[in-house]
Amino acid sequence: MCLAIPARVAELLPDDRARVELGGVAKEISLALVDGVAIGDYVIVHVGYALSKLDQREAEATLALFAQAGLTPSLEDA
Amino acid sequence: MKYVDEFRDGELARGIGAAIAREADPARHYAFMEFCGGHTHAISRYGVVDLLPANVRMIHGPGCPVCVLPVGRIDMAIRLAMERAVTICTYGDCLRVPASGGLSLLKARARLDKNRADIRMVYSAADALALAQREPQREVVFLAIGFETTTPPTALVLRQARALGLANFSVLCNHVLTPAAIRAILHAPAGAGADARVKLDGFVGPAHVSTVIGSRPYDFVAGQHHKPVVIAGFEPLDVMQSILMLVRQVNDGRAEIENEFTRAVTREGNLKAQALVDEVFTLRDSYEWRGLGSLPDSALRIRPEFAAWDAEAKFGLDYAPVPDHKSCECGTILRGEKRPADCKLFGTACTPETPMGSCMVSSEGACAAHYNYGRFRDIPVAAA
Ligand code: SF4
Repeated sequence: MCLAIPARVAELLPDDRARVELGGVAKEISLALVDGVAIGDYVIVHVGYALSKLDQREAEATLALFAQAGLTPSLEDA
Repeated sequence: MKYVDEFRDGELARGIGAAIAREADPARHYAFMEFCGGHTHAISRYGVVDLLPANVRMIHGPGCPVCVLPVGRIDMAIRLAMERAVTICTYGDCLRVPASGGLSLLKARARLDKNRADIRMVYSAADALALAQREPQREVVFLAIGFETTTPPTALVLRQARALGLANFSVLCNHVLTPAAIRAILHAPAGAGADARVKLDGFVGPAHVSTVIGSRPYDFVAGQHHKPVVIAGFEPLDVMQSILMLVRQVNDGRAEIENEFTRAVTREGNLKAQALVDEVFTLRDSYEWRGLGSLPDSALRIRPEFAAWDAEAKFGLDYAPVPDHKSCECGTILRGEKRPADCKLFGTACTPETPMGSCMVSSEGACAAHYNYGRFRDIPVAAA
């Protein structure tokens, strides 16, 4: 029940609700636990509630780290 | 899918695997616990272990909400439905957890007079509240389980129920706390000597739980126990990267709380959710976990201001502990002492279709994850 993927906010609805897209599937979730969500933001959804906003800049930075880990031999070993 | 596929790239995974192999000291062993069932699932599903060198071992932790729920708590819900004619609503995974007398919530359901009582699966706490609003003649109890991730939604529905003055709705609260379980793992289990404690070099910290509580609550793991924690996202590359970060900490003799899941987790966490939880819940003196025993300050109860919506107060319920099936090793597996294949029942009497213990029920359970993704191939073939 903890498995979930980031969802893109497609439409803001009344009562702190939003329509999100999860890989082409539309779903209605609650935004009651997060502030300042805009259309186009990605949110981490769990049991129907957004728990946090996904920071897109941090996501890019993490991906860059993955690539770097695979490419650069550790300097300590050199 | 954006923010999913990039974090599952096989080539990058092999690159990080090579980096782990390069940086892990062949002269020593590394044992890391992934606390969270979501990580256990990802590790099994994507074959993360196959990308790790032999001296880096992953140990499954107790962070599967269904797995740690003891038999006695399921029995409480079943009794409520059978004896008090209430309709229990809960998350799907709960329904198949074995309870006393060969029952589960699902099996108990077949015995109910559906005009009065029922057992229903809900996707979200809000669904349970909506049912109570729609059918005022029905007494609805939401069996709330889970770690810090499912707690804020439960708090929201309790606040809504009070605002609506909804008389036919209450919550049977079984929300538990991650830091308390980590503390229990780091202390020897009750009755066992220090030898029984699993040897751990660090933790892969939970993803979703940490979006809510932030990274600060893990400070004691580094400060008091000198073990590193790296909070990791749910995708396989997140887990691989966090293992690399743990290996580096161990090599450097560091014990720090690091965050690999910076795209969703901050040091402070979700303050709005935390404030809400604080308004509705308070610490229980003690709560019994499957596998970890009774732990002080390890779970939440509903505050007296919300007693009218607290099923324990409303129906005068008492908890009675019930032992697990005697051959089931869920307890030792949840403590990281044994592996699923060490259980005599694994893959024979106990399968996801016929679970004997809670670890075989949810896809996040260690036994189910091993069974579903073929990690059971390493069990020697036993004579029939
Ligand atoms: S295989 Fe089944 S009986 Fe054995 S420990 Fe796992 S859940 Fe329990």
